[in-house]
Amino acid sequence: MGLRLTDTSHTVNSDLVSTSHLVLGLLARGERHGYDLKREHDLRFPSARPLAYGQIYATLERMQRQGLVDAVSRERVDGPDRTTFRMTRQGRKELTTWLAEVETPAPFVTNLFATKVTLALLTGDEGAAADYLRRQRQAHLARMRDYTRVKTDPESSLSQVLAADYALSHLDADLRWMETALDRVTGLTEEMP
Amino acid sequence: MTVAAALRADSDAEMNRSPLLSARSVVVSYGRTPALRGVTMSVGGGEIVAVTGASGSGKSTLLLCLAGILRPDVGEVRFGDRVISAESEAARSRLRRREFGVLFQFGQLVPELSAVENVALPLLLSGVRRRPATTAALEWLDRFGIGDLADSRPPQMSGGQGQRVAVARAMVTEPVVVFADEPTGALDTLAGEQVLAQLVRVTREAGTTVILVTHDTRVAAYADREVVIRDGMLDEVATGSSDRPTS
Repeated sequence: MGLRLTDTSHTVNSDLVSTSHLVLGLLARGERHGYDLKREHDLRFPSARPLAYGQIYATLERMQRQGLVDAVSRERVDGPDRTTFRMTRQGRKELTTWLAEVETPAPFVTNLFATKVTLALLTGDEGAAADYLRRQRQAHLARMRDYTRVKTDPESSLSQVLAADYALSHLDADLRWMETALDRVTGLTEEMP
Repeated sequence: MTVAAALRADSDAEMNRSPLLSARSVVVSYGRTPALRGVTMSVGGGEIVAVTGASGSGKSTLLLCLAGILRPDVGEVRFGDRVISAESEAARSRLRRREFGVLFQFGQLVPELSAVENVALPLLLSGVRRRPATTAALEWLDRFGIGDLADSRPPQMSGGQGQRVAVARAMVTEPVVVFADEPTGALDTLAGEQVLAQLVRVTREAGTTVILVTHDTRVAAYADREVVIRDGMLDEVATGSSDRPTS
């Protein structure tokens, strides 16, 4: 699929996840070396920032000291040594606990759209607020079409489809808010029957 | 040559220049209640257009007018170079059978008939013999991956299966335009999404024009563009410059 989902504000973003938990999750299906971990991460989470090698190796060393991973073998292929790691029993326990942990929903949602509408109303321009909402709605729907194309492309991976579903649900929620906001804003200027 | 055949014979470029279906200044009232208050819009050949709006906005009324089911009080509806809003009920009915496919959320399948009989029905109604109609119906059921349900009756099917049968029935006459009014309900289920994805894939492959009426933006996102109806009028700002109303 040609389209890259770079809008990380609407995607499952592994930047929000600690690198240790990412590494543990990626080791769950068997031993890997750092290069494999990076490749698999970037493949499975195409919308996240790619992991840096340095970050992976630093994390693996720290996790080894914590007893979460073991170094199993070391091999040399045209260059520096490659160490293969596997998850320890303690590592698996940590991963299972973390996966089951419910995350605290964000206490508030930053909403640039609401801020703009409020400020437009403060300037006394209801027409501009309504106009902005309509055009923002159009931009949102255009983005939803992009994600729908990703979702329905037979070439898309499950990770891409899941990320697109997530993005679509959030954009849809924004759109519903815009509809309500538009009704409220236009209601301010229309005469009541 | 039918309008459909003529339009199919046109080059793509020609089809992009002249709209396939258009409404001009369409006004419809139910008693004293205005449903559409002067809507002008057009749709090109092969386009998938979502018509959205809140419930009561007039979007379903617009679909009924475009499909030639309802005649506007004022204004005109054109299909190719035919002014269908000026034609008799019999002529519009023939047009619907030959060129249009319809897909509605409720009451779409005949519960007493099997899936294959339901799908063959539009062909039988337009005079095709039973055997070729059944063959075509079976092919369409296969295309939607439900060939094994051919002998099942609607009450024996899941919601998603029934929707697939309904889509096959709308496509069996190979219509020029498919009119779909909330075809998958609120799209709350994965099954609904899959039906919609299939409808879009099949119609794109066939170059069929689709008018998709929905209140759900996730459904609208399957279309090429959106036409927003608000209080019986076209919301031109929300619809954007992508719409090309006829002059």
